[in-house]
Amino acid sequence: MSVEEQMIVPERKHLPTGEHAQLAEMFNRDEDRVNWHDETLWWIRQKRDKAAWQIPEWEWLRQTASGIKDYVLDNLHTLLQQFEAQAIANGATVHWAADAEEHNRIVHSILQQQGVARVVKSKSMLTEECGLNEYLHEHGIDVTDTDLGERIVQLAGEAPSHIVLPCIHWKKEEIGELFHKYLGTPEGNADPQYLTGAARMHLREKFLTRKVAITGVNFAVAETGEFVVCTNEGNADMGTHLADVHIACMGIEKLIQKREHLGVFLRLLARSATGQPTTTYNSHFRRPGPGQQLHIVLVDNGRSKQLASDDFRNSLKCIRCGACMNTCPVYRRSGGHSYHYAITGPIGAILAPNLDMKKHADLPFASTLCGSCSNVCPVEIDIHDQLYKWRQVLSQEGYAPKAKAVAMRGAAWVLSKPALYKLGGKVARLVLKYVPWLAANGLNPWYKQREMPAPPRQSFGEWYAKNHKQS
Amino acid sequence: MRVALFVPCYVDQFYPQVAIATLQVLERLGCEVHYPARQTCCGQPMANSGFEHLQHGCNELISELFDGYDYVVGPSGSCVLHIKHHLHANNEQAAARIRSRVHEFAEFLTDILKVEKIEAHFPHKVGMHQSCHGQRGLHLSQMTELVAEPFSKPEQLLRMVEGIEFSTLDRKDECCGFGGTFCVFEESVSAKMGKDRVADHARNGVEVITGADMSCLMHMEGILRRQKRNIRVMHIAEILNSR
Repeated sequence: MSVEEQMIVPERKHLPTGEHAQLAEMFNRDEDRVNWHDETLWWIRQKRDKAAWQIPEWEWLRQTASGIKDYVLDNLHTLLQQFEAQAIANGATVHWAADAEEHNRIVHSILQQQGVARVVKSKSMLTEECGLNEYLHEHGIDVTDTDLGERIVQLAGEAPSHIVLPCIHWKKEEIGELFHKYLGTPEGNADPQYLTGAARMHLREKFLTRKVAITGVNFAVAETGEFVVCTNEGNADMGTHLADVHIACMGIEKLIQKREHLGVFLRLLARSATGQPTTTYNSHFRRPGPGQQLHIVLVDNGRSKQLASDDFRNSLKCIRCGACMNTCPVYRRSGGHSYHYAITGPIGAILAPNLDMKKHADLPFASTLCGSCSNVCPVEIDIHDQLYKWRQVLSQEGYAPKAKAVAMRGAAWVLSKPALYKLGGKVARLVLKYVPWLAANGLNPWYKQREMPAPPRQSFGEWYAKNHKQS
Repeated sequence: MRVALFVPCYVDQFYPQVAIATLQVLERLGCEVHYPARQTCCGQPMANSGFEHLQHGCNELISELFDGYDYVVGPSGSCVLHIKHHLHANNEQAAARIRSRVHEFAEFLTDILKVEKIEAHFPHKVGMHQSCHGQRGLHLSQMTELVAEPFSKPEQLLRMVEGIEFSTLDRKDECCGFGGTFCVFEESVSAKMGKDRVADHARNGVEVITGADMSCLMHMEGILRRQKRNIRVMHIAEILNSR
């Protein structure tokens, strides 16, 4: 092991704990940083808009993609069998994992068979979802994330804060400091090109010495048994071309029926994600090279359950472009880590509760239900409607905070009784007028940064009774 | 044309002038307007908080009070959208009738009354706030996310007003962060969103922020007043009622 590697301890720090509202409040203590984060992501949203407007049939493409995924979800069982048969015929080994634990065990066992303790991995949100890095670390295996953004957060001991832009919450000066510490770049150098060059040199040594490469999968084609991995950095290709063994990990929903469908999805993916016309490398993997192995791990991990739910199955159409995050006004102002889950933002908020309602009960509430996410989604997932539906499920299942449940029952009772509502309204207005401190105080979250409405002399109902003939 | 006036609870209690303007504009345009006096709330505060199952009291009231009119009209896109999508009652036929006849004030003027001329005078520079539920839910105006021809029903009406000027915002349809109970349960993000929206209007020389949903305007008003900014909020009905 080289000196450089002994220096690097890529053990992940524990994620900050707390609910989204608390974590977002912490993020908001540095308003300049919130502004910077918001503007950076808004710029990407604008790039996405420009790219979309260059395609006159953009909305048709979204509908078509959604329709193709409808077909896939309706026929997932047969398409998976078809894919497996084709992949085996191509010379790949296919593994099935029911959950994250089994996925991690399978990957580990392949590494054990190969007798390796070091591996390179290109970006895969599935392995994040399954906690593969932590699992392998516990078993003494060193994983090098080769995507630049992922490598940055890995060196920092953090999880990605965005599925496409893992270190979008890091400023270049901070990356300069991190690289100075771990890669030995000169102190104070924050030149992106220089730092990227340093990362290239650092990663090249990993690529050249690792025998096993792990990748994710963007699309798997049932009719051919091939799969496509999209990267801007070519790191998936570099890793797999130099390794003897390629392990590709994919959720079972990554399937599409035909190769020609890529013509729809690849046009949508990069434009939605970053506003590029296409991802720099769309690499097709079909069969292992001579003397090499290709393993494909198909992972369920809650997807079958999601598929069985009429309300939530559409979320399985997701192609992980991240557009919903870039457009989400809440995400931009709360940062990815406030979602305390591998998939952040609006899409994460509808995926996470399916895996653990108790742990993620707060996430569907981290939204104003503005609906922008559903409009940018390249596969037309009804994200904000699903957020609303999750809220109902969570409170019905008893995961709503007690105080909120009590308040809501009280409000429902008052609002169902016209006389009580009128009395309550009058009292509220009198309080605001004569004892404003009862509402305008530090205990009222509204009042922290906003004035209370000025109470009018009379309600509309009272005005109408006096000034207008009753109907 | 018999129109029932639906006045959302917070408008009734805190912004009576908005309901008065709505009523007066509708009457001026020849509608026979009725105000069912026992109305309270559309039930959205409970439903958006995950307690849709508690809104049946509101639903029963609405289906009892608002059935039998040609149209139900309210000055709030969000509350109207909620009724349109979520009103169910023991008398499901009444509920269905109301769901199909409820309209937000501006779209009622453009789509049902097909208003082409309004006598109103308002010599101020306004900034349009596109409230999300009105815009993305009721399609009162085109959404910037979509590759589609722009239009705006509220703006179409405001363009008939004499003396009015429009400001162009940097972000045309970003959410103000109100979000119902979101504004208290996610206070920091909510307030930050409101501050950013208000700053956009201020940067672009707006005197009056207007829109088709009073709840967003209430949120921004709270921030404007805290920041002591010289910008007012007015519901579109108030501007159309200015002479």
